[in-house]
Amino acid sequence: MKPKIALFDFASCEGCQLQVVNLEAEMLDVVGAVDIVQFREAMTEKSDDYAIAFVEGSITREKDIPRLKKIREQAAVLVALGACATIGGVNCLKNYQPLDEVRKYVYGDKADWYETFAARPIDAVVPVDYYIHGCPMHKAEFLKVVKSLLMGKKPDIPTYPVCVECKRAGNVCVFDLGLTCLGPVTRAGCGAWCPTYRDNCVGCRGLVPDPNANAEREVLQKHGLTVEQAIGQFRIFLGYSEVAK
Amino acid sequence: MKNINVNVDHVTRVEGHGNIVVNVKEGKIEECKWEVVEAPRFFEAFVRGRRYLEIAHITSRICGICSIGHTLASLQATEAALGVKISEQTRLLRRILIQGENLQSHVLHAYFLAAPDFVGAPSVFPLVKTHPEVVVRALRMKKLANDLCDVFGGRTVHPITPTVNGFTKLPEIKEVKDIRKQLVDASPDLEATLALFKTLKIPAFERETEYISLKSKEEYALYDGVIASTDAGTTPVANYRNWTNEYLVPHSTAKYAKNVRDSYMVGALARFNNNHDQLSPRAKKAAAELGLKTPCYNPFMNTVAQVVEVVHAVDESIRLIDEVLDKGLKEEDRRILLKAGRGVGAVDVPRGILFHDYTYDKNGICTEANCIIPTNQNHANIQKDMEALLPQILNQPPEEIRLKLEMLVRAYDPCISCSTHLLKVKFV
Repeated sequence: MKPKIALFDFASCEGCQLQVVNLEAEMLDVVGAVDIVQFREAMTEKSDDYAIAFVEGSITREKDIPRLKKIREQAAVLVALGACATIGGVNCLKNYQPLDEVRKYVYGDKADWYETFAARPIDAVVPVDYYIHGCPMHKAEFLKVVKSLLMGKKPDIPTYPVCVECKRAGNVCVFDLGLTCLGPVTRAGCGAWCPTYRDNCVGCRGLVPDPNANAEREVLQKHGLTVEQAIGQFRIFLGYSEVAK
Repeated sequence: MKNINVNVDHVTRVEGHGNIVVNVKEGKIEECKWEVVEAPRFFEAFVRGRRYLEIAHITSRICGICSIGHTLASLQATEAALGVKISEQTRLLRRILIQGENLQSHVLHAYFLAAPDFVGAPSVFPLVKTHPEVVVRALRMKKLANDLCDVFGGRTVHPITPTVNGFTKLPEIKEVKDIRKQLVDASPDLEATLALFKTLKIPAFERETEYISLKSKEEYALYDGVIASTDAGTTPVANYRNWTNEYLVPHSTAKYAKNVRDSYMVGALARFNNNHDQLSPRAKKAAAELGLKTPCYNPFMNTVAQVVEVVHAVDESIRLIDEVLDKGLKEEDRRILLKAGRGVGAVDVPRGILFHDYTYDKNGICTEANCIIPTNQNHANIQKDMEALLPQILNQPPEEIRLKLEMLVRAYDPCISCSTHLLKVKFV
C-alpha cells in the first residue's frame, strides 16, 4: 500500500508547498509513489488518515498549538518543511520588538482583535522527525528526503557549511565582492544557491551544528568578524537561534 | 421556504486560509460572509530597523507565489526613497521577470486551482489519471514559466539576483536564447490551452464595480505606470493611499479597501477592462475566441482574463527578450549614495496592483513601511459579489450553492497569506 501523506501550513508564504508543485515532471513520480490525502492549497478532497505529515510555517499564536499537536498525534513521521518550520524564519524578526508595539503598528487601535506571540519553529512545540531546510526549500532536497522516507532510511542532510559547496562550485567568494556572507556558518545543502548568483548567504538553512568550532569561521576572522558579529548582522532567518538571542 | 447553512471552513485550492459562512432561515438570508482567518505575520512592523539591501529579500517572503512581484515593488519603493534612477537595462530585465511570474502564477491558477471545478474534480490529482495530457501540458507550461524566471531572477520562488539599482548577476546570453526558443515552441500548448478553456462553462453572473490597475502609454502595464480606475481616471502611484482607503473588519485578519464605490476589483479582469487595447495581437484574438469582451462585469471571467494574459505573457516575453538580444547585456555600476527619504513602488502582479511604501533614514535603515496587497483590495469586492450572487442561486441545491460560492472566491485567485501578512492602519 502506498504511504498516505498530508501537507499542512501555519504562518508562512506557502512557497515551500509551491516548490512541491514546481517539481513539475518529478511531481508526477511523487504523486504516483504516495497517496496525498490532504493538501489544502491544491486539493478539496481530504482525509485525516495519514502517516507522514509535511508541515510548513512557524507557530505564531496560541490557537496554532492544538492544531499542530493533533497533526503530531496522527503522523508517524513529521517533517518540517522550509525555514519557517525548521528554524522560525523571517517571522521571528518580530520577536526583536515588543509584541504589543508590533500589533499596534500594524492594526492601530484594533490591535486587541489580533492575537500573536513570539514566532517559533515547530520543534519548539512538538518533536520533529526530519527537517527540509531553506527559504525556499530546495526541490532536489525535498525529493531526496521523500525517497529516503519511502525506503525507510534516514535522509542524509549536510552538517558542513555553505562555504564548502561554494568552493566546490568554483564561485568567487562574495566577501571579495565586498559583501558580508553567512556561508561560513550556515548549513550546506542548497548548492550555495545565493553566492552562485553573487549574492551573500543569509543563513536561511540555519547554523551548522557548532558554528564556533567549524574550520570556515576563519573566513569570517579574515574579514574581521566573529561568528557572533556575523550572525548579529543577519537576523533575517536566525531570529530564533540560540546564538542570535 | 428553506433553511440553508453553508460553512466552508478553509476554502481549498487558494493560497491561505479563508472561510465562507452562509445562513439562510426560511428563505431569508441572515448571514453571508467572507472571512479571512490566516495568522497575521506583521512584516511592516519587523522590516523597520533593517538595511535597505535586505528589505526586498525580507518582503519577498510575504508570498511564495508572487515573490517576484513583491521583490520588484519593494525595490522600486526603496529606489524611489533613495533617489536612485535605474538603467534601461535593469528596467527591461525586470519587465521580463514580471511577465514570467504572471505566466507561472496564471498557469498554476487556471489549470491546477480553478479548472478542476469546471470538470467536476476535487483537485488536479485525479486528472492525472483521467486527463493525463492536460496535466502534463500544464506542468510543461509551468516549467517554461519557472525556467524563464530562473534565467532572469536566479530563482522563481524568492528570486536572488534582482537588487537595488540592478542585478547581482546578469543572465548568460546563451540561456536567454534557449528560453526564447522554448517560448516560441510553446505555441501548440497555448492553442491547446485556449481550446480547453473555451469548453469551460462560466457561471452567468454580473455585477459592475470599479476596476483598478496600472496603466502605461508604452505597453499593457505590469511593471510601472500610473494608477487607473474605470470610475476615477488616473493618478500617480505616490497617491495610492487616497485610492485604497484601507479599513478593518472584525471577522477578518486581512484589511479591506475601497475607493469610489463600496468596493473595487483588481487583477487580470481589471487590467483587461482598463488596458485591453495594448494586448498582443494573439492575446486579443484569444480574448475574442474565449468570449471575453470589454467591459466585462462577470468576476468568474477573471480566470479567462488570466488565460488571455498567459498568451500575452509569452508574446511579450519574446518581444522583450529580442530587445535584450538586440542591445546585449553589460555589467553596470550599482553603487548608490544613501540619503533619507520616502518612496512608493507599484507593480501589477498576477492578482492585481501591489503597493510598497518605505521611509529610510540617512544610513539606509528602514524606519516606516506600508504595503497594500491585491487580495486585500479584492476582499470587499468578493463580499459584495457574494451578497449579489446568493439571492440569484438560492433555489439551487445547497451543494450547488456551496460550489458556486467557492468558485467565486477561487475566481479571484486570492492570495490570503499575502493579504494578512501586511496589514496596517498607522499612516506615516
